[in-house]
Amino acid sequence: MSWIPPSVQRLLESALVAELTVVNSRGEPVTHPLIPLWDGETIYMTSAVLFSKKLEHIKRHPRVAVSISDPVASGGLTARCSIQGDAVVVEEDLHDAWTEVMPLWRKKEPAIDFFLGTRFALPLFFERSVIRITPRRVTWWEDGDPAKEPRVAVAEEARHA
Amino acid sequence: MHEKALSDLAGHSHVVVSWVGDDGYPVQTPARFKVDEEKGIVRIATTGLALPTDRRVNVMGSHIRPQPGTGYDERRYTELWGTLRRDGDEMVLAPERAWGWDEKETPFFEYAERSNRRARAYMRALAEERGAAVRPRLSPVWTALLATRLPFLTGTIVPVLVGIAVAGRQGYFDPWPAILTIIGGAAVHIGLNVANDVFDEMSGADEENVNPTQFSGGSRVIQRGLVSLRRMGLIAMASYAVAIAIGLYLVVTRESTELLVIGVLGVLISVFYTAPPLRLVHHGLGEIAVAIGFGPVMVLGAYVVQAQKLTAEPFVASVPIAILIALILYVNEIPDRRSDASVGKRTLPVRFSRETVTTGFLVAASAAFATVFVAAVLGVIPRPAIISLLGIPLALSVYRGIQQYYSSPYELMATMGKNVQLHLVVGMLMFTGYLAAITIDGLFEDAPDLLT
Repeated sequence: MSWIPPSVQRLLESALVAELTVVNSRGEPVTHPLIPLWDGETIYMTSAVLFSKKLEHIKRHPRVAVSISDPVASGGLTARCSIQGDAVVVEEDLHDAWTEVMPLWRKKEPAIDFFLGTRFALPLFFERSVIRITPRRVTWWEDGDPAKEPRVAVAEEARHA
Repeated sequence: MHEKALSDLAGHSHVVVSWVGDDGYPVQTPARFKVDEEKGIVRIATTGLALPTDRRVNVMGSHIRPQPGTGYDERRYTELWGTLRRDGDEMVLAPERAWGWDEKETPFFEYAERSNRRARAYMRALAEERGAAVRPRLSPVWTALLATRLPFLTGTIVPVLVGIAVAGRQGYFDPWPAILTIIGGAAVHIGLNVANDVFDEMSGADEENVNPTQFSGGSRVIQRGLVSLRRMGLIAMASYAVAIAIGLYLVVTRESTELLVIGVLGVLISVFYTAPPLRLVHHGLGEIAVAIGFGPVMVLGAYVVQAQKLTAEPFVASVPIAILIALILYVNEIPDRRSDASVGKRTLPVRFSRETVTTGFLVAASAAFATVFVAAVLGVIPRPAIISLLGIPLALSVYRGIQQYYSSPYELMATMGKNVQLHLVVGMLMFTGYLAAITIDGLFEDAPDLLT
């Protein structure tokens, strides 16, 4: 059974937009809005090579965080969360490998099949890397009120690290 | 400082504040906030997580509004960087750096085009890391279609068919040379398209163009890393080689000096359209070059192959075709005018005002239709060719589109598409008019003048 709290899992399953924070070469946080895909254990995000700066940052500094903060993008769920984790960039085959997460993507954004059908119009947008994030620590606000102290859950491995 | 970013941020419902924790993981918290534009600061309300004052934070407001099942709209986000300081119960950020994107200001396609260089650099770095090429891929069919801009071959097929039809009406028709003429004309056209990409890449015009459409800004296969500059150069040379070989074969077998002159003129116009030292398109001569190349040169060339002589009729028939093909280039240059100007390409839309360019279209299109009308009435071309005037409503629709979307490249795309159709429709109607005249001539020995 996953250690991720059920309300956070619900957020991960329904959110159409999340904020991925990575650390740049100057040691500063940089945040990117991306669609979060969730298979029950791992968070997946994808990035076109067109917008690859974040990938370079992750390769240099794989510790990242993902927040889900916008109720409008979370199917009306009011909870909010931030998930710290370790990211790996998967890009052996930029052209096809990312399509492994298509079933998860399709569930959230069915129009992706249509967009993929027109990849000739914007070929570099469909040369993509997968960002695979293993959650380590979850901070969440059950009622979504950021003024309140959040609850925290930590992965077993992180606890022993 | 950062007034625009602050004003943009003010429109968001909440922000996400992030910083790098001592363990190296970013820490994030949503927060309520207010922007004080007068003081140039962001006030952040107390959060359950203690916000740091000893390190740089990132404050981000995002408005990526999902449309469930169909993508996203109203996409915009704003990021500010700086160090927080406490002010009573609140934290205050005086931003030191800002960044953001609003698709209303920079449409997604433009944003993507602006990032082509980054994508190529990223793939180059990956290739160096792996010791193997990393390139974007498309199916060979799509790559060939894009690189050669094959759908635009109607620009060649229409005048060649008209030239063959003019000769056919005069009793000259030989199918094998007709097929070779179409192949040779298509090869010159492909050579021109590909060479245009090569020279526009070398001059920087296509790289500079961040608002390409399917009708303008080149094929983009070089900028997107799909085909190398060298390979495009080879394709252009191979296309010209095929065209020249076919041309020489026809010159020899049809024993026509006129065809040799027309063929040489066609290849020279095609090559020097963008190639130095003439670079006709850079000097505002692109429209004239295209008009001559895809008008009289193509029509007369196709006619001479069949008739083995020169007469006035194919030249007159070529005039509206020439004007309408030049108008394709003319309208397609409208969204390219800024990038063209930046690399010294003095096209007509670069030289003239919006009003002049828009009126110019109407005048030129009117001239094309007037030529058809007068030539048909005078019997220089067959009277059934007057059905070409059925293209007038389409021309008016293009004119209205130019008026309305002159400064909106992506909205102008539909108009550019209609403009390509205008040349095709009018050309094919003229061809049909000739076929009708040939049929009437064949059916009736003494057909009334009014019908032919």
